Amino acid sequence: MKRIYVREEWCLGCHLCEYNCAFANSGMTDMVKALRGKTIYPRIQVETDENGVTYAVSCRHCKDPVCVKSCIAGAISQKDGVIEINHDKCVGCLTCVLVCPYGAVVEDGSGVAQKCELCMKNACGAPACVKGCPNGAIVYEERGERE
Amino acid sequence: MKRYIIIGNGVAAAGCIEGIRSVDAEGSITVISAENHPVYCRPLISYYLEQKTDLKRMQYRADSFYADHHVNLVCGRSAAEIRAEEKEIVLDNGDSFSYDALCCCTGSSPFVPPMTGLDTVENKFSFMTIDDTLALEQVITPDSRVLIIGAGLIGLKCAEGLHGRVKSITVCDLAPRVLSSILDDKCAAMMQKHLEANGISFLLGTSAKEFSGNHAVMQNGAEVDFDVLVLAVGVRANTALVKNAGGAGGRGIAVSDACETSLPDIYAAGDCTEYHDISSDTVKVMALMPNAYMQGHTAGVNMAGGSAVFDNAIPMNSIGFFGLHCHTAGSQPEGCEMYEEADEQHIKRLFIKDDRLTGFMLIGQMHRTGIYTALIRSQTPLSSVDFARLKIEPQLAAMGRAYRDKVLKGAV
Repeated sequence: MKRIYVREEWCLGCHLCEYNCAFANSGMTDMVKALRGKTIYPRIQVETDENGVTYAVSCRHCKDPVCVKSCIAGAISQKDGVIEINHDKCVGCLTCVLVCPYGAVVEDGSGVAQKCELCMKNACGAPACVKGCPNGAIVYEERGERE
Repeated sequence: MKRYIIIGNGVAAAGCIEGIRSVDAEGSITVISAENHPVYCRPLISYYLEQKTDLKRMQYRADSFYADHHVNLVCGRSAAEIRAEEKEIVLDNGDSFSYDALCCCTGSSPFVPPMTGLDTVENKFSFMTIDDTLALEQVITPDSRVLIIGAGLIGLKCAEGLHGRVKSITVCDLAPRVLSSILDDKCAAMMQKHLEANGISFLLGTSAKEFSGNHAVMQNGAEVDFDVLVLAVGVRANTALVKNAGGAGGRGIAVSDACETSLPDIYAAGDCTEYHDISSDTVKVMALMPNAYMQGHTAGVNMAGGSAVFDNAIPMNSIGFFGLHCHTAGSQPEGCEMYEEADEQHIKRLFIKDDRLTGFMLIGQMHRTGIYTALIRSQTPLSSVDFARLKIEPQLAAMGRAYRDKVLKGAV
């Protein structure tokens, strides 16, 4: 399946992916209105390593997802490889945050859990972080087990 | 065609069904359910009281789950006996079923210690099932004074669920602190303060000695008048079926990493079992829903002839009250070191021993804590990662280049 991968040699550390993510999932059509003056809760996180190298981390859509197996509300499922949270069932217990080995499931600011769903459930239709990355440092593609 | 029987219909059973079907699409699966409900999310009963969910949304799987997985669900019946020699089980109504592989997912039952006069209390409830919850909901009124015996996970989630729907809530516990099974004194004190700020009253270090109708006398002499009593002292694993059939076990049914019991072709999963906690290298009952699913799935795969193990179990809890969350995992072995950050709003305590992270307690700051949990489960030597950075903030950046390349540049 297609997944999101990072090309850290191209990442500028600009955090634009975080803003694009928050906007894409805001349900609003105006980015300024959606984000201005607000704390954002993106589903992608930019990290910086000890050498100053930056890259973005989002859900790996694991083949054996511990979040799906651990959800106490039966709210996380995997269909055709894509892991998604049913927000109607999520009660915000945050067990998924406790078990995700990549730190890719996070709170949404209102107390429930959220994670990258590849922009399949929002108006964007394709990952906004990829589309908006100014330097092509995030890609959405098929890859084998490991490069 | 193989015949599978699952006794019990909780999340371990659902995991078992999905595990079996991941290997064997053909075999017959029969599930024996004592409760007259499809599999539901047991820990959500407090959210039901709080009106954050409803019976429909509490279902663990879709309505079509049993049909989709070709499961014969026998509701309202319980198993009375396992005849391991004959490879059959007998139900409470005398019906019997033969099996090729059996999984015991019988869960646990509330434990009620002897208390004088308990039989004189009219409105008393356990808080384990939907039926308990619906019965409790029937009797509460805005004027109810509720006494909860037990300040553990069940008792306190019940208190939160009832909050706003009753007049007062008092929780007592023999332990000197709240959530004594998962929090130490300092963390428990922060949680207790927050619960008290939300109107929950506590009587700690004492429990009810005797009841006379709606009046309780505590061991320390305090007296409490109440209208509704909730018994949440603790639970006991339901081990009798397997033990009576000759299966090994202590407080729980003994199971291997493959979720096999000591009896041939009999597996067990979930709250009825005791199993290996890798963080403390001890065998214990860890009645936790994520582990129940993983055990059930493991058992199911193996029952169907596949090969699976659940060999990185640890205790872990994610629990919150009135907006204050708490994550705990692993254990605090004797002689461990502790890294601590604390202020008015949050506490972080990491426990380290022999170059490994063995456990943690976090209150008020949950961001990316799964990275810590994974460190415990993988037993990663801390000398191989940048723990000085990690302890301040969980991040893949401190896990080393090779790990990062593996998880971010390829499918995992």
